[in-house]
Amino acid sequence: MRIELVKRKEHSHLMTVLSPLLAVVLTLLTAALLFALAGKDPMIGLYKFFVEPLFDSWSLQELLVKATPLVLIAAGLLLCYLSNNWNIGAEGQFVFGAICGSFVPILFPDFQTVFTLPLMLFFGILGGAAWALIPALLKVRFSTNEILSSLMLVYVANLLLDYLVRGPWRDPEGYNFPESRMFSDAAIMPSIGLGRLTIAAPITIVVIVALAILLSRTLKGFEIRVMGESPRAGEFAGFSRGRLTLFVFAISGGLAGLAGTMEVSGSLNQLLPVISPGYGFTAIIVAFLGRLNPFGILIAGFVLALSYIGGEAVQSSVGISDKISDVIQGMLLFYVLACDTLILYKPRLVRSRRVGTREA
Amino acid sequence: MKNLLKAAVAAVALTAAVGSAQAADVKACWIYVGPVGDFGWSYQHDQGRQEAVAQFGDKLETAYLESVPEGPDAERAIERFAREGCNIIFTTSFGYMNPTLKVAAKYPDVKFEHATGYKTADNVATYNSKFHEGRYIIGQIAAKMSKTGTAGYITSFPIPEVISGINAFMLGAQTVNPDFKVKVVWANTWFDPAKEADAAKALADQGVDIMVQHTDSTAPLQVAQERGLHGFGQASDMIAFAPEAQYTAIVDEWGPYYIHRIQAVLDGTWKSEQTWDGIAEGHVKMAPYTNLPDDVVAMAKETEAKIAGGFEPFTGPIYDQAGELKAAEGVTLDDGAILGMNWYVKGVDDKLPN
Repeated sequence: MRIELVKRKEHSHLMTVLSPLLAVVLTLLTAALLFALAGKDPMIGLYKFFVEPLFDSWSLQELLVKATPLVLIAAGLLLCYLSNNWNIGAEGQFVFGAICGSFVPILFPDFQTVFTLPLMLFFGILGGAAWALIPALLKVRFSTNEILSSLMLVYVANLLLDYLVRGPWRDPEGYNFPESRMFSDAAIMPSIGLGRLTIAAPITIVVIVALAILLSRTLKGFEIRVMGESPRAGEFAGFSRGRLTLFVFAISGGLAGLAGTMEVSGSLNQLLPVISPGYGFTAIIVAFLGRLNPFGILIAGFVLALSYIGGEAVQSSVGISDKISDVIQGMLLFYVLACDTLILYKPRLVRSRRVGTREA
Repeated sequence: MKNLLKAAVAAVALTAAVGSAQAADVKACWIYVGPVGDFGWSYQHDQGRQEAVAQFGDKLETAYLESVPEGPDAERAIERFAREGCNIIFTTSFGYMNPTLKVAAKYPDVKFEHATGYKTADNVATYNSKFHEGRYIIGQIAAKMSKTGTAGYITSFPIPEVISGINAFMLGAQTVNPDFKVKVVWANTWFDPAKEADAAKALADQGVDIMVQHTDSTAPLQVAQERGLHGFGQASDMIAFAPEAQYTAIVDEWGPYYIHRIQAVLDGTWKSEQTWDGIAEGHVKMAPYTNLPDDVVAMAKETEAKIAGGFEPFTGPIYDQAGELKAAEGVTLDDGAILGMNWYVKGVDDKLPN
């Protein structure tokens, strides 16, 4: 006996809307079970994990801080994935963008004017875009697989950062420890309120809105969707596949570079050997969790950030291991994908043919 | 949805009840860079936390966050503790230095203690141990026991603590065998069992018979055990993982320090200080000497006693790789020179990744 997935002729629109909610409810139930198994009160665990962070102004700010780079990177990836370009290297574009944005305050610490920060952001975008254009050009010119080349460039960017921070860009007053000098105030993102929230969050909202308009209201948006769904039809319509690849990679890398520069400038205030806890990779999950829709990404980024902040909260207040929060995060993704699959496909039990025939 | 709300309200009531039930005099919190189950650096800090719990009982409430990456997440984790009513917060990795200072500036009433860093503030103290004292001892043992005259040395990052460790190991080894050699491998991680094991295997294949590590997992020692080689535990006593391979281990004892500092908070006498203690103060301990002949054990114990009596391993004559005199006969390097060390002593066959 085996289980087969059969494609449904038409899928329920109600379920399409309900599926993410269903996934969240299933995650909550599983989380409650896990808390109970760990010998903790499941109600307190759930409250600390999923509810408290949403009603406490500090946690809410931290949620936004954590979600900002994820959403910004995912926004760029969205364009790539919609048009069938598989940019897996946003992490590298994030890092290289941050390096390019940081050379101003590190090499010219005395250059402190109102232009310092805009210049940094400009170089950050430029750097990220340039890094993303490498796999794009290789793909267009030599038909190289962009999945591999963009992923490999992540390691190159990380090692470059490591080299710079340990070598030429090391803080001269830092006792040889591997970190750059601290940025001057002119090179730091202005904050909103007293917490760690900076203008990076509103900038991200603007980007999302611009992206939604680009996709739904412009010819370029049409081109992206057509080339993704049916490249042959797109070519008949006169769209160039190569030029589009360069375009989406450049935008995607630019946004990742912007996210990197804003993170370094707004949160770390210096370069360290490691500046990203895997934002570029988590953003891939955010892009798909948000169903490749700009506003979906906004929500998905928030949900994923909640899974980090909530995981930390139950660890510190209830004493639940960080491994359990990792499991809960994985469960959420699992349920979302499972629900989506079941909307499109119907499971069917198939009896093996052998059952009916007698061997004797 | 209604039920969810009800549950939330019930949970609030419950947390409030739990909160008031634990009326401890002081709350101490820890941030760990690795998992508490690494059986190395973070494990040993958590042992110190448990010693403090045992000492103070109901008077002390503790909490910790493990595997907190050095980077943007660290500041949030530290601030979370400051907001949750911790009176004293121990941040136990170098990369937490600037986040600790940033949070400390916002919470002047909370005491902060940063391990292995160098920046302080009115409410930020630093603490570290003289691990290099232990490395001098294991250097002597390695030179005595090695048949090939070569040790493999798996290291994490080229920061002063690690470099001074390699140098102290070499100076110790040279007191026994002036031609002793060491092969250094940079793993570029504090904790990655697979990577550390690969490095250990590569070194074993190159013919080293002693394995030294400045990374936190038990993997290199386990490789030594499998290959019939010998080595030394890092941060904690790893004898259970390598019963025939471990000669001794350099054990970090944080418990006494934590108890001392928490007591100071209770007494209201806490001050920002820079603590750097070693074997003499009991902050660095040698695990029992095993799998060694008696004369080597005697030598190790004698050196240990000498260091406890005030001997500094970085006492001249010390030459660097280029042969330049760094400390003349009988002259001791000062703390700053050891804490900021970025050069190798003569005899180390490696180039600093710079």
